[in-house]
Amino acid sequence: MWTWFHKLASPPHFYRIAGKLTPWFGWTALLLIVAALYGGLVLAPPDYQQGDAFRIIYVHAPSAWMSLFIYVTMAVAAAIGLIWRMKLAHAVAASAAPVGASFTFAALVTGALWGQPMWGTWWVWDARLTSELILLFLYFGYMALRASIEDLQRADKASAVLAIVGVINVPIIHYSVIWWNTLHQASTVTKMGAPSISTSMLVPLLMMILGFNIYFFAVLLTRVRGEVLRRERNAGWIREGAQA
Amino acid sequence: MLTTAPAAIRPTSSLRAGRLLFVRDVLLAMRRWEHVADPLVFFVMVTTLFPLALSPQLSQLRDVAPGVLWVAALLSSLLAADSLLKSDSQDGTLEQYVLSGQPLTLLLLAKTAAHWILTGLPLVLISPLVAIALGAPTGALTTIMVGLALGTLTLSFLGAIGAALTIGLRRGSLLLSLLVMPLAMPLLIFGSRSAELAIAGESAAGPLYLLASLLVLAITLAPLTAAAAVRIGLD
Amino acid sequence: MSFAEFLAMGGYGQFVWPAYAVTLIVLIGNVFLARASHRRAVEEALRRAARQEAGS
Repeated sequence: MWTWFHKLASPPHFYRIAGKLTPWFGWTALLLIVAALYGGLVLAPPDYQQGDAFRIIYVHAPSAWMSLFIYVTMAVAAAIGLIWRMKLAHAVAASAAPVGASFTFAALVTGALWGQPMWGTWWVWDARLTSELILLFLYFGYMALRASIEDLQRADKASAVLAIVGVINVPIIHYSVIWWNTLHQASTVTKMGAPSISTSMLVPLLMMILGFNIYFFAVLLTRVRGEVLRRERNAGWIREGAQA
Repeated sequence: MLTTAPAAIRPTSSLRAGRLLFVRDVLLAMRRWEHVADPLVFFVMVTTLFPLALSPQLSQLRDVAPGVLWVAALLSSLLAADSLLKSDSQDGTLEQYVLSGQPLTLLLLAKTAAHWILTGLPLVLISPLVAIALGAPTGALTTIMVGLALGTLTLSFLGAIGAALTIGLRRGSLLLSLLVMPLAMPLLIFGSRSAELAIAGESAAGPLYLLASLLVLAITLAPLTAAAAVRIGLD
Repeated sequence: MSFAEFLAMGGYGQFVWPAYAVTLIVLIGNVFLARASHRRAVEEALRRAARQEAGS
């Protein structure tokens, strides 16, 4: 099993396999997302409390989920890269960051667009919004640090340290912001219609989340291939491999 | 029969090395005290500007005093953080620390402690004056000072991580602030909450304990992290 | 439900559609940027390889 893993981590192998997998991930994701869109926008009935505005959930919740999932992925990859000195792991961390930041941005914007009709305000300093905003700053800090260090090896290692520190901070942030809010008596936090969400509403949501995840793998693999190339000193396989 | 080698050839113990470094940093800073004064002046300036910009009414200032105090303390600490490693990295002393064979974690702990004495402690000491100027009742002053002491100390340690990550980088100071800011947000929340409770005359024990636990977390993890980052930065 | 009703989204159209638009831009943008980044990396790597071969 370990030989397979070692083989996978070897740049030329990874490059080739990733290249083959990406289109599969890409088209599957597209299918899922389109199906989820149809299910969420057309098939699902309007919510009894929020009307058709609830449909924003189909873009907001998956984006928010991805923003967190990607950050953890980034931090784990960075840790693996730092501890086991795997260039591939560093490449994954570097590739994940901009994608994660973009989903965080999407989560914030779609959240604001949902908040305005529901709460009457574009922004509220409640626990989830505030921690999501801080998450965006964490992403920006990571990317800024990377961009400021010219030596790729130093950039990999330094940003790995930062990512790990950040991930420790995420639960602290979340906890502190919830605590802060309960003290200030949180302003209106809307619940999603009835406590249990109906199947016709739930299925498109799950499909969308799955679609976003697979989409992320496709995008990640594309970026990682490029990052692997940047970290390769040995010219040998690049000539034949890189054209693919 | 000698059981210990004479002092002249006994290798320096780590604790002694840490103590020496601590004293050295404090003495050095005293000679160039402008660096020490900068964060302090900034702190007083920022907190003085708010009454001018918002309202001269103490009753209204009292409401914003916790936030103003803590944001000003945070910004001053960010300003000061850069100076922790800057001069040592520029003249090569930092490499000497790494090569010295002494545990780098302990050396950085000593440096950060010295740095706080020089940049954080003055803020804490002047905070009663500033707090009164912002309308805080005298009964709240001790709590405010304790909170700020815990907070600025934690900020010094967080700043050490940022400084270690950004050694020798262009615009490192700005980057440092960007990196440390999200890490410092829980601190800001608990700290200003403790000041708010104190000013309202209620017990601020909850937030203070949380501040203390953040400090403990910082003291245990930050020097280690900073040491790793220094090694990465010097390779 | 008519297309006009679909667009109106029960009166919330001005919020729902921008939300979907932003997400769509993010999704498409990521694909575009990822491919561009990969392409740039390939070019750089080939150039580096050429320089190495020329140097040796």
